[in-house]
Amino acid sequence: MLINQFLLLGAAMFSLGVYGVLSRRNAVLVLLSVELMLAAVNINLVTFDIALGDALAGGQIFALFVIAIAAAEVGIGLAIVLLIYRNRHSANVDELDLMKL
Amino acid sequence: MNPLPAAAFLLTAAETGGERAVEAYRDGGILAAGAWLIPLVPMVLAFAIALFGKRSPLKGWGMAVFSMGFVAVYATALFFANLGDGILHVGSVQVADVGTTRFGQLSVEWGWMVDGLSIMMYLVVGVVGLLVFIYSKGYMEGDIRYTWFFATFTLFGGGMLVLASAPNLIQLIVGWEIVGVASYLLIGHYWEQHENSSAGIKAFLTNKVADVGLFVGVIIVTMSVGSFRFTDIMDAVAAGTGNRLATFGFWAGLGLFIGAMGKSAQFPLHVWLPDAMAGPTPVSALMHAATMVTAGVYLLGRMFPFYIAEGFGDEVRGVIIVIGALTLFLTGLVALVQDDIKKVLAYSTLSQLGYMTVAMGAGAYTAALFHLFTHAFFKALLFLAAGSVIHAVHSNNMSDMGGLRRFMPATYRTFLIGSLALAGIFPLAGFWSKDEILASLRYAGSAESGFSSVQGGAGLASFVLVVAVAGAFVTALYMARAVFLTFFGAYKGDGQPHESPTVMVYPLVGLATGAALVGGLNMAGLTRIFTDTVGVQYFAGFHALEHHADSLNLGLAAIGTLAALAGIALGYRLWFGDAATQQERDSFHVPLLYPLLRHKYFLDDIYMDGVIRPIRGPLARAVDWFNGHVIDLVINGAGFAARGLGKLVYGFDQRGVDAAINASAAVTSGTGGVLRLLQTGRVQQYAVLIFAGTVLLVAGLIVF
Repeated sequence: MLINQFLLLGAAMFSLGVYGVLSRRNAVLVLLSVELMLAAVNINLVTFDIALGDALAGGQIFALFVIAIAAAEVGIGLAIVLLIYRNRHSANVDELDLMKL
Repeated sequence: MNPLPAAAFLLTAAETGGERAVEAYRDGGILAAGAWLIPLVPMVLAFAIALFGKRSPLKGWGMAVFSMGFVAVYATALFFANLGDGILHVGSVQVADVGTTRFGQLSVEWGWMVDGLSIMMYLVVGVVGLLVFIYSKGYMEGDIRYTWFFATFTLFGGGMLVLASAPNLIQLIVGWEIVGVASYLLIGHYWEQHENSSAGIKAFLTNKVADVGLFVGVIIVTMSVGSFRFTDIMDAVAAGTGNRLATFGFWAGLGLFIGAMGKSAQFPLHVWLPDAMAGPTPVSALMHAATMVTAGVYLLGRMFPFYIAEGFGDEVRGVIIVIGALTLFLTGLVALVQDDIKKVLAYSTLSQLGYMTVAMGAGAYTAALFHLFTHAFFKALLFLAAGSVIHAVHSNNMSDMGGLRRFMPATYRTFLIGSLALAGIFPLAGFWSKDEILASLRYAGSAESGFSSVQGGAGLASFVLVVAVAGAFVTALYMARAVFLTFFGAYKGDGQPHESPTVMVYPLVGLATGAALVGGLNMAGLTRIFTDTVGVQYFAGFHALEHHADSLNLGLAAIGTLAALAGIALGYRLWFGDAATQQERDSFHVPLLYPLLRHKYFLDDIYMDGVIRPIRGPLARAVDWFNGHVIDLVINGAGFAARGLGKLVYGFDQRGVDAAINASAAVTSGTGGVLRLLQTGRVQQYAVLIFAGTVLLVAGLIVF
């Protein structure tokens, strides 16, 4: 079985995600791009699981873990974004430079 | 020395196998074996007083009295044990082994000797010391260095006991020097006044001059005999002439005698003793009676067979007898013109020490030591009584006294007993001891004595006998003067004098009893307890060596007593009577003699101008030059070098170390300045960096 197309898809999605994380200003879109990167990773995991024929299907299980944790992460992330928006009336990542203090 | 006694002791030496020239004496048992406590207890307590005295209830006085009381009791026990056969015990502990030298197997030992001579010294130091110590409580009351006084005073007594218990020359020197140091401390007790500390220094330095002689003597003796022990030295003497000790006998004897001249204050090294009056009166009492000045006579006694046996130190006898005669007569005259009551007594001590030395030189061992023994009692008594007077009048000068017999009857009576004993009036102690010395001089001048063969000594001895009788006259004269000026006539001082407290009076009574009665130990022709017990017991045939009169020479005793009575009579004529004229009569203006005596034969001036100043001036200049040119050069050089080095170090510090530190700081700050730009606080920028880093790492992983 050829896995190149899956890997290419994953790489493309990961690159898109990275681009999104680095370039989007809206925090919601940054979180969205993170989800994109995680989805790319999941594709890779499942692809290698199938390709290598792992008896325990570790790749798929690991992908499920990633999905679960990603859900939790989005939950927390959106909550933070919401609180930031309430406090500063903006969800613009550029304006959040308190980390330099 | 006639050949008969010499042969006698050689015979005895042969009978005992020649190993030890010892006659039959008892060992003394546990009493003698434990006699090491005698010097040790005062020495230890002296340091205990110095360390803990201030906190003790009696401020050190109790410990001091205990130490002397212990010695007195122990010595009394030994004295009674010594009656009869006599004790001879030599104990020793080796301190250091010098090893085999070309002179023999030398070892330094700490020991204790128990024989008649040392028991006599223990007894004198213990009994007189005890009474003086008790008296000191009253006299020193309120003194600023009360405890320190008793510490040094106990050390003084302890040093004398170390000396007296010494069975070898090394320990003798140790005790000798402890006594010297303690005397220095005690004479300078009131050091706030400059002359008092100078008196201490004078005593110390004069003794040091004499100590050179002692050391030379000890070195010669040790090199000749190959041992420090007195017993070995006496063996060498008993072995007869022909050994090395006999070859160097004169110089060894002379050296030891010079040492004795210092401590026993013989002319012309006596100058320290009158000045030693600067110390507290109890110190004078002990110094003049039991410790310090007796050390020289004691040394001559220890070495007596060496000085008397033919062919050893006997050539020194002439020197000894001449020095003794000079001392006894010249210093006695000086006592006549002193105003300070303590100085009268000090010159009197010198004169009496002259008697002892003369007796030693004349070969009268017992007479010399018996005079030492009796003198210790009445001289301590006189000093303590004088101290009692000074305590009451607050002045040392007899021109401030007078008529005191009404105010202080106990002091007057005891002082009178002491004066009469010193003058040699029958039947007080001084009569018996002085009479023995006169008898021994008469014997030394006679044809049957061995002294006639020594440097034609017979004529010398006869002449010295005349000097000694004249000395007895002078003694009575100055004591009469002291008594009349102090206790008779009108009171010339300020305030109302009063009798001293009982703690001072009881010792006076005790000593007066001694001064009256101790003569009974050796009444010529009647008792000979002292003669029998005090001999140098490890020297066989000792009693054959010394001459001892077995019966009282009535003619000589009469002459001596008459001289003393004449002195008292003249003193009565000159100084007894009312106060108005007493003062003028005191300076009996004999032309030439009076100024000579007033200036103490100009000896102090001779020493000052003739010895000290010529040495001190150039020495001071030389030291100053050395200080200015050599020491300063070294110091300035060192300072210069230190400054240069400092400059160098400063430069390195400024340019090297500081530069490195500043550079590191600048680098840190610069780096920080650059890196600061990276920290924007923007999450995305950080993410870019992280991502770039990851890419770089992965690329590196792939490429390499």
